[in-house]
Amino acid sequence: MKYAVIRYPGSNGDRDLLNAARKAGGEAAYVDYRETTLDGYDGVLIPGGFSFGDYLRSGAMAGVAPVTQAIRQAADENKPILGICNGFQILTEIGLLPGALIFNDQHTFVSRNESLKIVNNNTRFTRGYAQNEDVIYPVAHGEGHYYCDDETYEKLVKNNQIVLTYNENPNGSRNDIAGIVNTSGNVFGMMPHPERALETLLGSDDGMKLFEEMTQREVYHV
Amino acid sequence: MSKFIEPSMEHIRNEKLYAEMGLTDDEYGRVVEILERDPNYTETGIFSVMWSEHCSYKHSKPFLKQFPSEGAHVLMGPGEGAGAVDIGDGQAAVFKVESHNHPSAVEPYQGAATGVGGIIRDIVSIGARPIGLLNSLRFGELSGANNRRLLRGVTAGIGGYGNSIGIPTVSGEVEFDPSYDGNPLVNAMCVGVMEHDKIQKGTARGAGNKVIYAGLKTGRDGIHGATFASEELNEASESRRPSVQIGDPFTGKKLMDATLAAIDQPELVGIQDMGAAGLTSSSSEMAAKGESGMTLYLDRVPLREDGISPYEMMLSETQERMLLVVEEGSEQKFLDLFEDHGLDAAVIGEVTGSDRLCLYYEEDLYADIPVQPLSEEAPVYILEGQQPAPDDKIYEYSRADLNQVFDALSGHPTHGSKDYIYEQFDAQVGANTVQKPGFGSGIVRVEGTDKAVAAALDGKSRYVYADPYNGGKEVVAQTFRSIISTGAKPLGMTDCLNYGSPENPEIYHQLSESTRGMAEACTALSAPVVSGNVSLYNENRTDSILPSPVIGMVGLIEDVNFMDGLTINSKDAVYLVGATTKSFAGSQIEKLLDNETSRQLRYIDLETEYSRGMYLRGKLTAREIKKIAPLGRGGIAMKLAQLASFHHLGLDVEIDLDGEDLFAENASRYIVIAQPGMDIQDAVEIGRLSDDGFTIKARDVTIERTLAAVTEAWEGAIPKCMTSVD
Repeated sequence: MKYAVIRYPGSNGDRDLLNAARKAGGEAAYVDYRETTLDGYDGVLIPGGFSFGDYLRSGAMAGVAPVTQAIRQAADENKPILGICNGFQILTEIGLLPGALIFNDQHTFVSRNESLKIVNNNTRFTRGYAQNEDVIYPVAHGEGHYYCDDETYEKLVKNNQIVLTYNENPNGSRNDIAGIVNTSGNVFGMMPHPERALETLLGSDDGMKLFEEMTQREVYHV
Repeated sequence: MSKFIEPSMEHIRNEKLYAEMGLTDDEYGRVVEILERDPNYTETGIFSVMWSEHCSYKHSKPFLKQFPSEGAHVLMGPGEGAGAVDIGDGQAAVFKVESHNHPSAVEPYQGAATGVGGIIRDIVSIGARPIGLLNSLRFGELSGANNRRLLRGVTAGIGGYGNSIGIPTVSGEVEFDPSYDGNPLVNAMCVGVMEHDKIQKGTARGAGNKVIYAGLKTGRDGIHGATFASEELNEASESRRPSVQIGDPFTGKKLMDATLAAIDQPELVGIQDMGAAGLTSSSSEMAAKGESGMTLYLDRVPLREDGISPYEMMLSETQERMLLVVEEGSEQKFLDLFEDHGLDAAVIGEVTGSDRLCLYYEEDLYADIPVQPLSEEAPVYILEGQQPAPDDKIYEYSRADLNQVFDALSGHPTHGSKDYIYEQFDAQVGANTVQKPGFGSGIVRVEGTDKAVAAALDGKSRYVYADPYNGGKEVVAQTFRSIISTGAKPLGMTDCLNYGSPENPEIYHQLSESTRGMAEACTALSAPVVSGNVSLYNENRTDSILPSPVIGMVGLIEDVNFMDGLTINSKDAVYLVGATTKSFAGSQIEKLLDNETSRQLRYIDLETEYSRGMYLRGKLTAREIKKIAPLGRGGIAMKLAQLASFHHLGLDVEIDLDGEDLFAENASRYIVIAQPGMDIQDAVEIGRLSDDGFTIKARDVTIERTLAAVTEAWEGAIPKCMTSVD
């Protein structure tokens, strides 16, 4: 599996994500935000950071970057797409995932090792985990409160789209939601950082199973 | 004829306009001597910022010269944007600490944010990729609404910049003391890593080589910021708000990436950050170091708005800018590189064979100044210090209610958890952070290796006030203890000297004696000074701040994997290393019970400090002991409370000391955690860790709490102060 790591100006988790994909056994390369095609890649990784400074609204500027239409196309082609932190914000901004990420309830940035639960292990991303397995991934965000209306929430539940929840909600997210997939199950967005949880020396290696699952399974194409 | 309406030379002289810019009559006279004529408005501005304390160190230079700056590991000492030490395999650690105190006092968010941005650019301009940020913060007590506002703003500002640019904040230390009421200290440190052979210097050589400006367009923000940083804060300081720069971490990130790419180009001659005194200091310092002249055509500087005069351009402290000198003919390559990163860049001048800095705007000459005197001949003031009489106070804390002392101290923000602050900083971006802020130094692995860099910032101002000479030693020793506690070998240090007005003889005495002590400690502890910064004129509304030298130290852990799985548990034993003496001058119990700091001798033996530290370091890396926790503020009692709370482990210890000694703060002591029955030099096994309960028994007092109570006090120390709506 060869992944494109999208690089926007202001991305800062790009290197970590590239390293994570490679460490798990996959291939990965950077793709500039000005590119218009993702042909030749089997999947897409959208990193954390502050794309274009996020001075307007997180993900707003990145959403109109040239690479967006290529990301949409990859999604249509059923390629796996993972957006982490700012990547999740961008995926909701461009409508590949429902809902939105708004300011944390406490209106301050929150950075800590977070205890989370894999509430859906039946996705192409989370099959390596047990159902309801607790994991530690770091979080680091100012706009991580997952918001959606009642109707959207009911759909998320009905379609089993909620994948990851907080055990101790750090930002006020609706029903502790930390990560969701789209209805086709190939686009996954989450606020926490599994790419920073690959070694016990650094506090947790709970993210490894995610990247192994994403890089070592072949044949996801339609 | 000037296109800008500016005061004439006569007007500047007769109305003493130079005084408003911070030049004294004598200094103005010296400028006239150097120029052999009166300076015009632009030139007066340039001299005033270059000769400000912030840029010229005119009151502190003699003290800085005492610091040892050479050593086996030093690759580059003071004088550049940052210093560099060898970390093996052809790699260097580059680091520096810098203050942003005055700006943070009037505009806490931007003051702190730009402090972080500025220190990052210093590291990047050497060619190093930043791997960690640290900060040392001082505020007045949080019972004051303004101090809570400052804490909120400074914390958000540090995070706002550091989180966005994507460099982990890996360590810090914070103290709350009435001395900093309204005059907070915000010291930021950055550590970067690079290859030895790519170390860049800020130099301008080779007549005909081109000067390139890159980064944010220049605006009118931060004009005279360096001068502002060199005067006392007062009622009128609020009007200095426009002197505070505005941070733009997005541009800072792009500039960092572009600069690191530019440094790989062989045609690059030199590069310097436009920090304090912006274009003025970068251009004149680069020319001075290269023993060249420089001509700038200021109408080519990218500007945010029309009508900005040469005077304003030269004094603007707009952030996120770099000045490069590149070989003639290679300009376009660099302009393209910056454009690709979405940044403004322009060729604004050239290096000349003369010895003059000449500034043109269109056809008109706005400044013509000999480079060397401007940058090297700033006045140096050697004043008379005055030693205040020592206090003959006798301490009898054994009569105090020591249980109450324990509760008051452990619930105080200085001793409590700093999670309120540190949870606002991204500590793990980069996926190499081995130890985050919270308990001890920061540890960051060097990517692609098993090595790690340990970095700590520390300051103990009450000790320095009590005994400037020995207190100065202790500040260095305290930071040394933090470094060895990670298993690292100290390589070098950086200092930030935060003091009151040097024109006050007692402050001058503090400055001279404490730096003398620090210099001795640097030598004794094998930590030469490779970079530093001075911040004087820190005055609160009624008095000077406590003398607050802050030391940043960097050490090397050769194989950080020794830490993997090295965790403490409830079966481990607690050891006290080093003898405890009744040392209370400058202690936290003295602050609490007497509300003062007495001037009394403190004592430290640097030889013991060094040998004990290096011995314990060896024990830790050999995994014979599991944790080293150096003793500091609040002594044994506070360290045990913090240790238990941080690790969620109880403890039960019995110490053969008087109760008051639990709060004594003499030097060279540690709490060590290891298996029971270990043979550790100068150590006494005082008890065990446990699953619950918290008991410290001394000869005449027992402090007994539930673990939940101790933890709650620790965790709530800051949040309980921050609940009120200000």
